[in-house]
Amino acid sequence: MKLLRQLLASPIGRAVLALVGMFILGLVFNADGAFFHWTTHRDMLRQLSVYGILSCGMTLVIITGGIDLSVSSVLAVCAVGFSILTIHQQANPWLAIALVLAGGTAVGALSGTLVGRFKIQPFVVTLAAMVLLRGLAKHLSGGQKISTYIAASDRSVELPAIFEGIDARVLGDNVSIVTLVFLACVAVSAFLLGHVRLGRYFYATGGNAEAARLSGVPVTRTLVLAYALSGLFSAIAGVCQAAQEQQGDPETGSGYELQAIAIVVIGGTNLAGGRGGMALTLVGALTIGYLQKILSINAVGEASRLMLTGAIIVCAVLLQRRK
Amino acid sequence: MTDVQATRDAACEPLLDASHISKSFGPNPVLRDVSFDVRPGEVHILAGENGAGKSTLLNILSGIHTTYEGELRVGGVVRRFLHPKDAVRAGVATVHQELSLIGPLSLIDNLFLGREYTGRFGIIDTRRQAREARALLRELDLDMGALNEEDPVERLPISTQQLVEIAKALAAKANVILMDEPTSALREPEALRLFDRIEALKRQGKGIVYVSHKMDEIYRLADRITVLRDGALVGTKPASELPARKLVEWMIGRDLPSREHTSALSGDVVLAIEHLSVRSAELPDADGRPDVDDVSFEVRAGEILGLAGLRGSGVSDVLHALFGDRAGRVSGNVLLRGRPEVPDVKGRGRKTEERIDLSRDLASPDEAIDRRIMLLTNDRKGKGLVLDMGSKENASLASLPRFSPYGILRDRLETSATARVFGQLGVKGQVDAPVRLLSGGNQQKVVLAKCLLTEPEVMLLDEPTRGVDVGAKAEIYALLGEWARQGMAIVLVTSELPELLRLSDRILVLHRGQCTAEFSRAEATQEKVLHAAFGGSAQLGDSPSTQPDRVKS
Repeated sequence: MKLLRQLLASPIGRAVLALVGMFILGLVFNADGAFFHWTTHRDMLRQLSVYGILSCGMTLVIITGGIDLSVSSVLAVCAVGFSILTIHQQANPWLAIALVLAGGTAVGALSGTLVGRFKIQPFVVTLAAMVLLRGLAKHLSGGQKISTYIAASDRSVELPAIFEGIDARVLGDNVSIVTLVFLACVAVSAFLLGHVRLGRYFYATGGNAEAARLSGVPVTRTLVLAYALSGLFSAIAGVCQAAQEQQGDPETGSGYELQAIAIVVIGGTNLAGGRGGMALTLVGALTIGYLQKILSINAVGEASRLMLTGAIIVCAVLLQRRK
Repeated sequence: MTDVQATRDAACEPLLDASHISKSFGPNPVLRDVSFDVRPGEVHILAGENGAGKSTLLNILSGIHTTYEGELRVGGVVRRFLHPKDAVRAGVATVHQELSLIGPLSLIDNLFLGREYTGRFGIIDTRRQAREARALLRELDLDMGALNEEDPVERLPISTQQLVEIAKALAAKANVILMDEPTSALREPEALRLFDRIEALKRQGKGIVYVSHKMDEIYRLADRITVLRDGALVGTKPASELPARKLVEWMIGRDLPSREHTSALSGDVVLAIEHLSVRSAELPDADGRPDVDDVSFEVRAGEILGLAGLRGSGVSDVLHALFGDRAGRVSGNVLLRGRPEVPDVKGRGRKTEERIDLSRDLASPDEAIDRRIMLLTNDRKGKGLVLDMGSKENASLASLPRFSPYGILRDRLETSATARVFGQLGVKGQVDAPVRLLSGGNQQKVVLAKCLLTEPEVMLLDEPTRGVDVGAKAEIYALLGEWARQGMAIVLVTSELPELLRLSDRILVLHRGQCTAEFSRAEATQEKVLHAAFGGSAQLGDSPSTQPDRVKS
């Protein structure tokens, strides 16, 4: 009981408690033992990874007191762009990845400039970017999925090795590459927030931008970098998404931005900014991941799944409240 | 006058009577068996250091804290408020230290917020509200300037907003009004107007509980004074029987050390400001007058230069302009003479003498900090601290590049440097706990620590003792003296004249953006400074150069 109270006293404790609760739910509704197999957890992690990568950038932006609704569209543009470059243009895959990541970062930096330099509300800027970039994804792809089947000449090309490379599993088939990419993104973000000056500036800007500015913090540059990093993570997620789907779908990732926000919020990072961290987001991601997985192995229909997810987000956030 | 009233009402039935109140937060008792009452037509001062339990007591009286031991009687009837609304209904209204008006709403909407006059179907009776609002405003003699009661309340000056808070209390037909440091956002003449209103309220038989740290204010208003210390009642006495020295002793439990800073005006000129002007940020429709109008002065190493002026005189703008925080609106030059052996904040060597064109260079605070100029703002919570961060992180924020070579934070560098200044300044408490949990005095010391860690040669201080208790004030005075002795050049702005006179080696007075007088430490008196601040010329016998500000005394 005392341990429980101590757990409830800290945000990370409350987040872990929600995750444990979710895990227990899985043990109870184990779908005839499916929950006890490692493959279930492995697949959960794989399915979670793209959301998780998006939530890394989202955490940074939310800590600065903003929000990034454009992550899903950046993801789509990057998935399409990566597919065009590698499948259609047969470009060097590493060069393609570098180009796509640079593009995502640049787009994020542009949003950040509008937020930081021109003081437009983040919600508005990234909403506009979300719409505009979804349009760009459709424009680039001509509204078609970019796959190995090329409609114009009615022929198929071979899928470049990089796709299966990214979608592969390692360590004796136990962990997906995308999961490792996700964990690397978490590690990088956590280091940034805890041990890099820029990370401290994120907290200061989100906590009190005016006080930060008067302390000599370059607030504008800090905001530009936060959104640029979110763009970078979205681009990484886009490449992973393309690899997993083996194509560049301009419609892909719709609604992922809300998943990413839900992950951050369930972890306990406050939308008002200035508080939170990557550990919270990681726990939040696992909580959401297990929720989805438990619902799917128990063959809960989509309608119930959405309603349950909504209800559980509210419950988790209620649990997170500061007493 | 105060004596008369204090004795007159001795036998009167109290409007509000709190007896044997105790309250704890978890295991910590914050109030221990405190009894306190308010009689009709009196101002009852509640005094004590920060953390003495004043706010807790006020919060119990105003229905914010609902669990406590003891008994509360309003008009002789035992009451237990479960919600601030209950207190307002019972006739106990509160004027908070921080304004609780809703900026974009009109003055009328604010006055009747939560108790709108409604007709059928809940439709607001706007005419009746407007009528009552005007009557109230007449009663308070509120100066609305060019605005009217339909305009958003945020466009009114802060001082008027403070009076609107009082109008709000009156609109609720309150008999008891609790005021928590209502003058903390006001300057002298505005405070004087507030005091007039308080006198008028007394005459109407209202009872007023008034929390304040300012001595002159306490003795100007008080009929009775109650002092709390560490959650316990030290005593209640008529103001006439409790001299200031005794009051301070009651508050801090010992005598206030009278450390005064003395310095010779022999240091080198560190900062020479020539023809500093700051254009007004407002649209030209106001009156086109600049915030600061062609001001020149010098500050020497080891000198504390006091800048005196009423609200709107531009003193605060001078500090912000020198800190690169009025970019785009500033003109003028600054000659900055740094000690050559001191590198700039990023560790680079620098010129010993630099001429800065303020319209071009010095465009942001970080450039000022680089040049070892630091500003302490007058708004600790709004502009000074990141309240969710710990005291360590707040203190290091302005000098973070030093603790993070190549952008990577070195925790050990940061911890040892902050621990050192915290030791010097006597900052208490957990360095990692959010600063929002610290007392006002401790918070202010964290801000001072932040300023000190940038190792400034020029320190610009805007209200360095706002909202801190007497003990912390004395410590801050001692610190400023010490810093000056070490050769720092300090420019000080404060709305408390006794403080200005006590600390400054030289006082410059601004009125409507222009310099109207300069006094040496020996020449300066409260009367002279105030006269000049109202626009009077420095030389006796001269006629005032401009009309005095809209002030009634």
